[in-house]
Amino acid sequence: MGLYAVVAALGFRRYATYRVATAAGVFTNTVFGFVMAYTYMALWDERPHLGGYGVAQAVTFVWMGQSLLAASSILGGGFEQELAERIRKGDVAIDLYRPADLQLWWLASDLGRAAFHLLGRGVAPTAAAAFFFPLTLPDSPVTWLFFLLSVALGVVVSFAIRYLVALTSFWLLDASGIQQITALAGIFFSGMLLPLALFPGRLGDVARVLPWSAMLQIPVDVLLGRHTGGGLAQALAFQAGWAAALLAAGRLVGMFATRKVVVQGG
Amino acid sequence: MAEDLRAVEGSRLADGVRAYLIIAWMWVRSTMAYRASFIMLTIGQFLGSGLDFAAIMLMFAHTPHLGGFSLGEVAFLYGTSGVALGLADLLIGNTDKLGQRVRDGSFDTLLVRPVPVFAQVAADRFALRRVGRISQTAVVLGWSFTVIEVDWTVGRVLMVPLMILSGTAIFGSLFVLGAAFQFWASDAAEVQNAFIYGGNTLTQFPPTVFAKDLVRGATFLVPLAFVNWMPALYILGRPDPLALPRLMDFASPVAAALSCAVAALAWRAGLRGYRSTGS
Repeated sequence: MGLYAVVAALGFRRYATYRVATAAGVFTNTVFGFVMAYTYMALWDERPHLGGYGVAQAVTFVWMGQSLLAASSILGGGFEQELAERIRKGDVAIDLYRPADLQLWWLASDLGRAAFHLLGRGVAPTAAAAFFFPLTLPDSPVTWLFFLLSVALGVVVSFAIRYLVALTSFWLLDASGIQQITALAGIFFSGMLLPLALFPGRLGDVARVLPWSAMLQIPVDVLLGRHTGGGLAQALAFQAGWAAALLAAGRLVGMFATRKVVVQGG
Repeated sequence: MAEDLRAVEGSRLADGVRAYLIIAWMWVRSTMAYRASFIMLTIGQFLGSGLDFAAIMLMFAHTPHLGGFSLGEVAFLYGTSGVALGLADLLIGNTDKLGQRVRDGSFDTLLVRPVPVFAQVAADRFALRRVGRISQTAVVLGWSFTVIEVDWTVGRVLMVPLMILSGTAIFGSLFVLGAAFQFWASDAAEVQNAFIYGGNTLTQFPPTVFAKDLVRGATFLVPLAFVNWMPALYILGRPDPLALPRLMDFASPVAAALSCAVAALAWRAGLRGYRSTGS
């Protein structure tokens, strides 16, 4: 257990090293937040209470999306590219005979990264937004705690998907195509593009039960107080369910890959 | 004497273009080694750039107008901005990898080759998959022509290719400015993303959607308004939300030339000030 805590701490420190990149990322998130907030305000100006959100809630949704983009790694990027490269080069053979579990190792490292990104890339854009826009942020610390729990579950779901993506390198060697298509699904189905409540009919129904909704839509709805009591428990259980299912799938595919595939250069 | 100099300058330019084409072709061939990935990445680019338009269509599913503009008019803005960005991205989009080369020291390799450095940087990892974005946005632009109601005079017709060329030059100069900035801050590739992709998102929507100060910034600080807003106001016959003189609607080529000049100066300054990592 101690080992994985150290790996997580190192994941945090590794990303904390790149201060200029972090500042540049905050800048980019803030610019996009401004542009998107105005487009949402124009839409909610035409249709107040669209999707059950008020204008301030819609604007909060935009800024939460920008603030969680890096932490939940919705666009991908991070450990999965490194792991995919190690699989392609054959270095993964070394990882496999280490006395540590491959999936847990990378999960710990990714949780460390996410913790840093939540602090380093999440707080500043929201703070900047609070100066310029009316935001709806909860007063109750309990809501904030549930929000953090929901974000953490979202990060695990995001990790589990990206782990599966990286494992496709065992068969494809170059996983960049799959990575890109997964990133697109992430943007579209997480609520990053537009809150899923605005998706029409069947598309909306499907989008709301896919795992990507656990990465942004649910955490933001928890923050906005749209899930309370039994609904909150259900939302968190939905996230935990996807996390467990996708982690299990990752284990299964991992076992299959290491049994069936001969690492080149071995 | 002056003529000799001009001949030398001319042959340097020809050398640069030739080197650019050779390097770009090399990367195309290298890409084709992983053909399945290339196809997926191109489709991914097509879909990825289409996502923004999907968001616009989802928005218009709830309203007939956004900032007083119809879906067709927004599609026209989306298409012109997207095609311009796509062309700039295809031609010199990989200049944003410069910081990586500065960090790992491989930029020095480019300096010792007997080929213009800018041609090498511009063609570095040339990515043919970017035709994905160009084709997707061109389809939307083509569709927008069938739905917008415009009194197509000769001036308005000519304005369309002119604004796309100007827009390409403006986005291209932002890429070069961003690359020059990376000589000093090699980790700051994201800053140029804010201006280029943020600027693309900005110009997909009508200027009436945004706060006037933001529009002023995008007109006078970063010349994004000249990518499509200004010429589109003329084509669509719309009033300028900032009430600038109408002559500004035709100023895109001037804005493009100015931003290219600024980018060229910044590039030279960056290259002159470059110190190798020394290791």
